[in-house]
Amino acid sequence: MAIKGAIVVDTAKCKGCSVCVANCPTQTIALSKEVNGKGYNFAYMENPDNCTGCTNCATVCPDAVITVYRVKI
Amino acid sequence: MAEKILMKGNEAIAHGAIRCGADGYFGYPITPQSEVMETLMEEKPWETTGMVVLQAESETSSINMVYGGASTGKKVMTSSSSLGISLMAEGLSYLAGAELPCVVVNVMRGGPGLGTIQPSQADYFQAVKGGGHGDYKMIVLAPASAQDMYDFVGKGFDLAFKYRNPVMILSDGVIGQMMEKVELGEMKPRRTSEEVAQQCPWALTGKHSGRNRNIITSLALDPNVQEKTNQRLQAKYAEIEKNEVICQTYRTEDAEHLFVAYGSMSRICEAVVDQAREAGYKVGLLRPVTLYPYPTANIQALVPQLKSIMAVEMSAGQMVEDVRLAVEGKVPVNFYGRMGGMIPSPDDIFEAFVKSINK
Amino acid sequence: MDIKDIIKPENKVYAKTPILTDAVMHYCPGCTHGVVHKLIAEVIEEMGIQDKAIGISPVGCAVLAYNYIDIDWEQSAHGRAPALATATKRLNPDKYVFTYQGDGDLASIGTAEVMHACNRGENIVIIFINNAIYGMTGGQMAPTTLLGQVTATTPYGRDAKLNGYPMKITELLAQLEGTCYVTRQSAHNPAAVRKAKKAIRKAFENSMMEKGTSFVEIVGTCNSGWKLTPVKANKWMEENMFPFYPLGDMKDR
Repeated sequence: MAIKGAIVVDTAKCKGCSVCVANCPTQTIALSKEVNGKGYNFAYMENPDNCTGCTNCATVCPDAVITVYRVKI
Repeated sequence: MAEKILMKGNEAIAHGAIRCGADGYFGYPITPQSEVMETLMEEKPWETTGMVVLQAESETSSINMVYGGASTGKKVMTSSSSLGISLMAEGLSYLAGAELPCVVVNVMRGGPGLGTIQPSQADYFQAVKGGGHGDYKMIVLAPASAQDMYDFVGKGFDLAFKYRNPVMILSDGVIGQMMEKVELGEMKPRRTSEEVAQQCPWALTGKHSGRNRNIITSLALDPNVQEKTNQRLQAKYAEIEKNEVICQTYRTEDAEHLFVAYGSMSRICEAVVDQAREAGYKVGLLRPVTLYPYPTANIQALVPQLKSIMAVEMSAGQMVEDVRLAVEGKVPVNFYGRMGGMIPSPDDIFEAFVKSINK
Repeated sequence: MDIKDIIKPENKVYAKTPILTDAVMHYCPGCTHGVVHKLIAEVIEEMGIQDKAIGISPVGCAVLAYNYIDIDWEQSAHGRAPALATATKRLNPDKYVFTYQGDGDLASIGTAEVMHACNRGENIVIIFINNAIYGMTGGQMAPTTLLGQVTATTPYGRDAKLNGYPMKITELLAQLEGTCYVTRQSAHNPAAVRKAKKAIRKAFENSMMEKGTSFVEIVGTCNSGWKLTPVKANKWMEENMFPFYPLGDMKDR
């Protein structure tokens, strides 16, 4: 049984601190080249296939902008 | 028949607090007012009314405990003397800024600095003109007897909650230490949590689905917001000035000369009025009971009949400035005062008065 | 599997707690305050005590904490939060009362208040964020600033002769009879965050058990003050802060 995950980032509120990037065990997340309304390079799933929905990113996120989904397949 | 007991003014504060349904007292020992907390500790109101009494580690902490308790809509108070009140200045400004009700008693002693433990009235400016930072006012009540000390605690809380504003009872070492008969009023129960939530919708009673969270703060980073806060405070102070002036007069009907004195000095001046009347001088007394709001209009109303006014204080002359502001130069305003813990005698005052009208 | 099939309400395993408001926090990117606010909000949600929690915010960066956690709040004068909490709790023993204070607020100007509240064993929670610097006023030396650490007021590094030593206030408080739970945590990686949350929950639970004061220090970062990126700041904290401020429980009874 495999586990698949995905995250949704509230890009308008993300400050691009990249703490989630550093704490993602599967190198799923990166900072986007684009910026949000505040000028921050927000986090996004660069490698969505890697995500296991482990919630580490959301756990360390200081701005509570990450929602995590997980499904067993 | 109401209960009458011989007690010190300071003790009367304690009994007044318990009987008016106060929820908490937080204080730090300092002469000449330590009997307030001593009496409360002896009475153990936490076993009867549930009132909390706590000896804090400093006056700074006391006033901030008052802030914490007042935030939850409770009737909380502290007491101290002069230098202790100086330490509370920041907290008083915060309380006024956050619009929190509370009662603060200052049993004044001589200063500046560590000064003396003897009575004084040299904290008038501090109490009436601010003391802490920012444009704020406290309602200031000046007791002249142990009975006043008792009565003003309950009265103070009523005013404090009516206007969501700190109230100061500005007493002095004479009134605090003097023993007099005090008529104790009826026991008023403390408010229940439900009553607090209902009567103080602003209070921190726990955020539930029925309302937004309550925030007690004096912070406004946006100057536009801060100015609006100040305008609202000023409007409140104008209401207080309109509604809450209290003063007493003694033999002023035909008076040509007027003493203006508050607190213990008004008691002494009452004797001087009688003495002067016997000597043929038409003298009366006006005693401001509220120092803020000041009885400006009451003084002005007497001006047309007066030849002179003498303000008497245990200070270098503080309240006299408000008399002069009221009189606007229409009558000579003289001053007599002693400082540093010295109490003027009736003869001292009479002599100064005679000299002042013959100069 | 398509992402759209994963992102469905039934598959949601982590989302922002509703106890956190929707306001965007004013903190700098990567600031530890945000994480700790979130943990407090999550604990309040999980314990179901929104209507029983009263927070007391300090003076410092966290002064506006009341904008972010949806409970009743008092905003304290600098350093005095434990005095406010003392009266708030004594007058409202049914409430969960906590202070939230930084190192300048708690360990410098408010040393007396925190010492005496802890010594009286007030049944309150004290959350202490130690990032070894004054963030709000622009990165000046804090009582907890490390020796040699460069700040706006120690431009050549903190020198013991000139500035005294960094203060281990948490160790001091652990000595007091009034404290029941004293712990030092951090929030720089997922494991640390989960441990910190457990500590905060325990502290909140203690406050209803008349055991005394619960004190939770969180060693955190101040990226702007330290002039490091958030990720580098976490690394600097591990290398420099943790040796001097070791993590773990100092007291639990």
